[in-house]
Amino acid sequence: MFNQRRNLIFLFFSIVGLLFIGKLFFLQVIDDTYEKAADNNAIRKIIQIPFRGEVYDRYGKLIVYNTPVYDLYMIPRKAVVKDTNHFCRVFRVTKEYFIKTTQRARAYSRVKPSLFLKHLSKEDFASVQDAMVDFPGFFFETNAFRTYQSRSFSNALGYVAEISQNALEDQKDDYYRQGDYVGISGIESFYEETLRGQRGVKYRMVNSNGVEKGDYKNGSLNINPVSGNNLYTSIDLAIQEYADSLMQHKVGSLVAIEPSTGEILAMVSAPSYDASLLTGNNFSKYYQQLALDPLKPLLNRPPSAYYRPGSTFKLVQALVGQQLGFIGPGTVFSHAGAPVKCHGHGPVDLRGAIRVSCNPYFYHAFRKMIYDNTSGDTYERSAKGLQRWADLVANFGFGRKLGVDLGNEKKGILPNVEYYNSVYKGEKMWKFSNIYSISIGEGEIVVSPLKMANLAAIIANRGWYIPPHVVKGVGLQKSIDPFYKTPVKVGVESKYFNVVIDGMEDAVTHGTVEADGRIPDIKMVGKTGTSQNQKGKDHSIFIAFAPRDNPKIAIAVFVENAGFGGSAAAPIASLVVEKYLKRKVDRKAVETKFMNMNYLPNAYSVVRKKAAPDSTKK
Amino acid sequence: MTDSNHIQGRIDWITVGFYVLFVGLGWLNIYSAVYSPDAPLAFSDPAFYNSNAGKQLVWIATSFVLIVCILVIDFRFFESFALFIYLGLLLLLIAVPFLGVTINGSHSWFKFGSVTIQPAEFAKTATALLLAKYLNDPLVNLTKFPFQWKAALIILIPMILIIGSNETGSALVFASFLILLYREGLPGTYPALFLGGIVLFVSALLVNAWIIFVVLVILAGLLVLFMPIYMQRDPKTYLRLSGAIAGIMTLALLVDWVVNNVLKEHQRNRIRVLIDPGFDPRGLGYQVTQSKIAIGSGGFWGKGFLGGTQTKFDFVPEQSTDMVFCTIGEEHGFVGVMLMIIFFLGFLWRLMYLADLQRSRFARAYGFGLVGILFFHFLVNIGMTIGLMPIMGIPLPFFSYGGSSLWSFTILLFIFLKLDSHRSDMLSR
Repeated sequence: MFNQRRNLIFLFFSIVGLLFIGKLFFLQVIDDTYEKAADNNAIRKIIQIPFRGEVYDRYGKLIVYNTPVYDLYMIPRKAVVKDTNHFCRVFRVTKEYFIKTTQRARAYSRVKPSLFLKHLSKEDFASVQDAMVDFPGFFFETNAFRTYQSRSFSNALGYVAEISQNALEDQKDDYYRQGDYVGISGIESFYEETLRGQRGVKYRMVNSNGVEKGDYKNGSLNINPVSGNNLYTSIDLAIQEYADSLMQHKVGSLVAIEPSTGEILAMVSAPSYDASLLTGNNFSKYYQQLALDPLKPLLNRPPSAYYRPGSTFKLVQALVGQQLGFIGPGTVFSHAGAPVKCHGHGPVDLRGAIRVSCNPYFYHAFRKMIYDNTSGDTYERSAKGLQRWADLVANFGFGRKLGVDLGNEKKGILPNVEYYNSVYKGEKMWKFSNIYSISIGEGEIVVSPLKMANLAAIIANRGWYIPPHVVKGVGLQKSIDPFYKTPVKVGVESKYFNVVIDGMEDAVTHGTVEADGRIPDIKMVGKTGTSQNQKGKDHSIFIAFAPRDNPKIAIAVFVENAGFGGSAAAPIASLVVEKYLKRKVDRKAVETKFMNMNYLPNAYSVVRKKAAPDSTKK
Repeated sequence: MTDSNHIQGRIDWITVGFYVLFVGLGWLNIYSAVYSPDAPLAFSDPAFYNSNAGKQLVWIATSFVLIVCILVIDFRFFESFALFIYLGLLLLLIAVPFLGVTINGSHSWFKFGSVTIQPAEFAKTATALLLAKYLNDPLVNLTKFPFQWKAALIILIPMILIIGSNETGSALVFASFLILLYREGLPGTYPALFLGGIVLFVSALLVNAWIIFVVLVILAGLLVLFMPIYMQRDPKTYLRLSGAIAGIMTLALLVDWVVNNVLKEHQRNRIRVLIDPGFDPRGLGYQVTQSKIAIGSGGFWGKGFLGGTQTKFDFVPEQSTDMVFCTIGEEHGFVGVMLMIIFFLGFLWRLMYLADLQRSRFARAYGFGLVGILFFHFLVNIGMTIGLMPIMGIPLPFFSYGGSSLWSFTILLFIFLKLDSHRSDMLSR
């Protein structure tokens, strides 16, 4: 009688069944958010950060290594602290800290670990080890921070710090996470990918209480951490420390290069800082202080500070002038007709001009280089002459990056036609009379101390250089980019270097270099430079190499507000050269004098004025 | 008495096959839910029998004893003693608040040694028996109100007692007897009103009362517009329609009022969780959220037997008992749950087919009572794991862990199979 009702009932059942199947199809097949939620639930990704590579000097002495530290984590659900006072005593934290941190951890998650205390030293770790049984829910994870063997070399090394928000957003391969450490400057930054190694990842399954339940997919997705590669630098730590001590109480730079290899032996940026202050818990405390210091101790000056080269640039003029065929060893210019003045001496030849650093000589030489062509008016001739000149000078590395393996190398400025066209707002708006200052390293030309040390190396090598570099080997194989093995020719024939080197020798023995800058038993050749500074005392510059035959070291020293080039920079350079070649310094009086010499008051007075930018005169 | 050969010859092996399949699959899922990849338990390990999977094995074994008992009892016993069984269960339900113990927050269990029994689980069997016996009287006509009322009384008494012991979920199962009554002649208006009431209830919760009002007015307008030509569009019709709208609106507003003022906080929250999927995912909505995550993460093919992470690592509460469907969903994916639903519907179809073959009204009515109860559990249990039903403590028949539930469903089913095996012996009335 009601037989058809069975079918109606089953129709209703089937509708419900279809409804369920539809909903399940949506849940399981279409919507994939549940899959991700499940992974978030049950799979914990554990990042294992490997040890960062260590840094050695050229003789295998350790410069930077890692000290293991211990981070204390807590899992609020499991953490039961019966005696808070006892806990605070053991971990040396205040009760407020305990309460605040515990609350924050609870708010984050009751079952996931939260950082409770950062960077406990090995000693602290050992002292609390025994007490740990009283504190369930707390556990340690090892971490490491950079430790510096020496207070030296901080600027070129750079430092490691938590990645900034900008860098985090800009990264290409999505490697870093919030709070990760990354090399900020110097070789720490340049060799970041080498030093950091390969981060490990472990996928662990956890249950709803956060208890680990073994490897996810039997560990097939896990990646083991690979330690960072060590860096073997060309730095001679003894020389570096010595140079650092000479540059104390001064603002400036010192760069020493082995000419035959381009290896940087020492690189000083003054004032410097103690790199160990920028590790671990100290970082935030000292970073502010250093960043706000008007003398900018965090800046690595050698590759990035801008100076005008002053008279040291006359060496380039002498070489380029010869190569272009406008001057020779016998070329003599008088002082007449030059807008730049010179000290009391008669007409000189090229060697003599370098010895006494004769301004009019190089003015006339440069004028010849610029004007000696036959195209059009003075404007056109200036442009054509300058272009020919600048093309050759660029070979020395001016106006471009040398490719040093340090973060933030600056290009400097080599004024060429394009440059002046933009300064004077158009072609044919300028001629030799507008640009002659660069003949003596003034005006628009801007260099870094590193470029000038490289110039010394070029002259030492008589016409070539290998791009200067700090790291001579990476990892176990001590491999190196072939770029740092390949000589670069500057396009000046080696015969033209003789007269220049003669002149530099004279400059040291009886020229612009004062007695403190002479080493009795080593034949060092060099050239002084002085940047006149309207706001304060002149910058003292000296570049040199030694010994004259078979040179082993090329050096550039910049001391800001220290006066004439021969007076401060040259003696400091000579001491470093002596120390490097003899491994000892006999001239103790000179050493003491320049170690104690304090040019900081001059520097501070300049900082305080903070007026117009430097202008440089001979 | 009937000899055992006789029974074997007539028992419906297809249904028995479904039963064995469901219980077996259920056990595998319970095993998977308690399985720990760290420390898999061996069958020989005594600790295994303390786990849910081990205990369920014991429940399954004892169920077979129960089956044998039911099959050897005379088939007439169930009809003859239906009233006594019913009254006995009522006594137990009355006694439970005084003599019972509390398990999982529910004060509805009797404890005999280490065995705990929940009388509410067995009350539905007793009610089905008595209801079937009542309908066996050829004078009972469910189109007439006095008979309807008496049938309702049989259902409502245990239902109210169970509500009294705070087992709302188990009490709601009794609504499934509507299927039995409908099959046995109850006018279709009742189930229609029941379903309509549910639709009204849900819409009252989901949408603003004004929207319901507007929809009703539009429906009434359409009704008038397409009213058959022979019906008079007199003022009386409009008055009736307006009255109906007013009545429904009153009910809708009443729902709001009941939900906000009569229901207890936890009941209100269960409903709230249902209509608002994002509600309190860590607290009150935790179970539904985790359940959906577990099922949803299974994907098309599932993660494989013992491969589930959500159910295995305790993210889903009650995963062996009420939430065992999550394990199926996670480990066997869409394919697994779809097959499971199809099998279950096939099982219900088989039972209805058998019920309609019965010559006695008693056996037929009981059969539909059984079908209704099983369907209600299927509807609510799966519905709640996928967020279509509020969370109620209702197990999935034969699959879920638990002695009372397995025993009661086994008894419920095998009484019917016993009756079925004697369908030719029964008098057709």
